[in-house]
Amino acid sequence: MSLAVNLEQMGDVLCIRLQGELDHHASQKLRSQVDDVLAEGNVKHILLNLEELAFMDSSGIGVILGRYQQISKKGGEMVVCSISSPVKRIFELSGLFKILRLENRETDALRKLGVA
Amino acid sequence: MKNEMKLEFSAVSENESFARVSVGAFVAQLDPNMDELTELKTVVSEAVTNSIIHGYHENPAGTITIMLKIDVDMVELTIKDDGAGIENIDQAKEPLFTTKPELERSGMGFTIMENFMDEVEINSEPGAGTTVYLKKRLAKSRSLCN
Repeated sequence: MSLAVNLEQMGDVLCIRLQGELDHHASQKLRSQVDDVLAEGNVKHILLNLEELAFMDSSGIGVILGRYQQISKKGGEMVVCSISSPVKRIFELSGLFKILRLENRETDALRKLGVA
Repeated sequence: MKNEMKLEFSAVSENESFARVSVGAFVAQLDPNMDELTELKTVVSEAVTNSIIHGYHENPAGTITIMLKIDVDMVELTIKDDGAGIENIDQAKEPLFTTKPELERSGMGFTIMENFMDEVEINSEPGAGTTVYLKKRLAKSRSLCN
């Protein structure tokens, strides 16, 4: 199973919806797709919807942290929603929840980011 | 039931999913639960990715070998490369330590292996490749035996 990346910009929020498996191979594609959008300069916050993400290893941590660093420099926030339990374990092990906010649903997250 | 298999493949990132899916399919004979299956697939992904990035510096000419033994409730995995080897194993095992921050490596690979498996052994020498030995006893099979 490969990774499908769906990107949607709503105001200054980039919503990244991932479907499939995020490993080192898939992380390279994800990184370049997201960085292309971030380079345009209109994104402040990132919302990661991981509802359909079936698998993630530590390569996913690296690519998420890298994007977090970019938006946090500009005062932005990264929010994660709809995370599955196996992916949540990887987030917990790596301490990602110390810097990312967790929301149950995409609509809740978007509302708190001020775009829904 | 005792069974074993050996898998040899090129050190290319496309094979990361091939490796974990193959191991998952073989271990399925022991009827692991979903958590155990995810844990095994994750550690395979971590070790194979380490070999590709750190062992072979993404040179596709490299070869990675996986040996997998299952016996009743025990899973024994050996993942081997003939790549660069590790200078300092203790340092490599530290959470968040990475020699390749420019590639956005998180430095969590060995930490995840140690958390998801019962036993992790790393044999490596600079220039002589790396062998990671991982062992896990499956809970469901154990309860069936009691």
